[in-house]
Amino acid sequence: MTMQNDDKLILGGKEFSSRFILGSGKYSLSLIEAAVKYAGAEIITLAVRRANTKDHENILDYIPEGVTLLPNTSGARNAEEAVRIARLARELGCGDFVKVEIMRDSKYLLPDNAETVKATEILAKDGFVVLPYMYPDLYAARELVNAGASAVMPLASPIGSNKGLAAKEFIQILIDEIDLPIIVDAGIGRPSQACEAMEMGAAAIMANTALATAGDLPLMAAAFKAAVEAGRKAYLAKPGRVLTRGASASDPLTGFLHN
Amino acid sequence: MENSFFVDSENLSEAALEKKHRLENDPSSRTDHMKYMDGMEIIQSDICEKVMSRVKEYDYSQYTARDVIAALEHETCSIEDFKALLSPAAEPYLEQMAQRARAETGKHFGNTVYLFTPLYIANYCGNYCVYCGFNCYNDIRRMKLNMEQIDHEMKVIADSGMEEILILTGESRAKSSVEYIGEACKLARKYFRMVGLEIYPVNTDEYRYLHECGADYVTVFQETYDTEKYETLHLMGHKRVWPYRFDSQERALMGGMRGAGFSALLGLSDFRRDALASALHVYYLQRKYPHAEMSLSCPRLRPIINNDKINPLDVHETQLCQVICAYRIFMPFVGITVSSRESESFRNGIVKIAATKVSAGVSTGIGDHESKYSGKESDGAEGDEQFEISDSRSFDKMYQDMSGEGLQPVLNDYLYV
Repeated sequence: MTMQNDDKLILGGKEFSSRFILGSGKYSLSLIEAAVKYAGAEIITLAVRRANTKDHENILDYIPEGVTLLPNTSGARNAEEAVRIARLARELGCGDFVKVEIMRDSKYLLPDNAETVKATEILAKDGFVVLPYMYPDLYAARELVNAGASAVMPLASPIGSNKGLAAKEFIQILIDEIDLPIIVDAGIGRPSQACEAMEMGAAAIMANTALATAGDLPLMAAAFKAAVEAGRKAYLAKPGRVLTRGASASDPLTGFLHN
Repeated sequence: MENSFFVDSENLSEAALEKKHRLENDPSSRTDHMKYMDGMEIIQSDICEKVMSRVKEYDYSQYTARDVIAALEHETCSIEDFKALLSPAAEPYLEQMAQRARAETGKHFGNTVYLFTPLYIANYCGNYCVYCGFNCYNDIRRMKLNMEQIDHEMKVIADSGMEEILILTGESRAKSSVEYIGEACKLARKYFRMVGLEIYPVNTDEYRYLHECGADYVTVFQETYDTEKYETLHLMGHKRVWPYRFDSQERALMGGMRGAGFSALLGLSDFRRDALASALHVYYLQRKYPHAEMSLSCPRLRPIINNDKINPLDVHETQLCQVICAYRIFMPFVGITVSSRESESFRNGIVKIAATKVSAGVSTGIGDHESKYSGKESDGAEGDEQFEISDSRSFDKMYQDMSGEGLQPVLNDYLYV
């Protein structure tokens, strides 16, 4: 068995052993605890607008040491606002990581790729490690690469929907074509879906609602940890016939050449 | 059955009483409620027509149990489904509606609940709205806080821990000018993370000014979408103009506000039609302004000073719960506020189903936060309340109670950008 201990997720020059990232949509202190303790999360997303609070239960006070904060720009409706929120996060002491998310639709909360590319370019030039949340479109993903993104974060399905890999085919294209880590974000509702995304070659998955709304938080967190690890191992193991895309015929089609 | 709203104060002059009675008894003495007054901006919007044509054709007696069951089975709730959920046929399915509503709330908001408090800075009013404690003929202690007093009130509230404030005034442009409200917003930005407004409707450029002063959310209650009923309840003043009020949220969004709040005051007219209209008002505006953050309130009529008989008629807690569940299922993304008009037990229950925002530490009076928060005798004058509240829990108590219900209280989720 060649499961490597050196199989690290590298973002902005920083190494991570865990490939499960906790999203920020719904939070509670018990959720953060479960994500770190049982899901092994080393990166926790933080909505800057949520951290913009005084003394009552500031989420910043509950982030354990050693965990990397990934502030996001939720609430931004265009590139300019995203840039301002990212800079505010840096001032708050959240570090240089930033997840760009720009929504101009309050109903579905779908990301605006064009504005996201603009913000990514400005922030990358400003020294941020930019992880843009995007709608899985190949052209936009290429532009994000050119803009200086450190990873690309396509949504799997509408945020909060728990519908899983609705955009599976398009995420696979990004995994195949983009030379950056592809982190699947939004819509992952079950460990099995997280596992499938990892098996496809995603570098990491981000989830929130699936944990936040689970009956037993610690147990669900542990299930995600196991699922992400299983999917990663399967990907590294290079899936055999059953798992590859399309079946292969047991009798070679080119056998006639040798007859 | 109807509420009896008319109350005569002995302190009114004979001329005032005579005018009041004329307005009450002689419809021809009242102005045309569909005609804009001078200075009111007309924005040529298509939203009103879209909403009201749907409301007009709504006959809720047509819906059956079968329609309700189908609505609950559909993954996406259509307007037709929503109409079924608002109908009497849905009442036996309230528990199923609540289950579905809770699932939708969980998807969009998790287990969070937002806390805020209103701050009334003036109760002068130029309108005669027969059900409202602030109406210009109601004999109450009037007051308008000056900037120093507002600063003090805000400090008292901020010290309690609150981070979101809703600034309210009575509807008098003469007594509470846009500039006065703007200055209050600037003060509020010092103490609070988020500032909302519930004031008389203004024009787009005035909303833009107030946004620049620090406000980002505007709530305007339409009271009732039934224009004929509206005419009989809002007898005098700017508020009498129904269409100008209807377009308020759109003007606010055009003026750069981030979000808008909507509501009918349930109990004034047919609550099912009013609930349909409120929701469609949000629905169509959201399609036109997809970035805007929309919220719905669900107030019911309450007793006021000098008239303790006012009540929400046929809108009992069961009906209110049905309306709120239907709102949630139809528009999972919308914020739903349940105010202190409702009882503690109702609010504790509804936040676990569909409501996402509750007020705490509420006073609907003027300049009385210190005495109400600390129990300390106030050394200054105080203005009377707009209506009687039902749930008087303090911020701390509400915070504890919401946590105790398994919810995560959130004080702010907003950045002024």
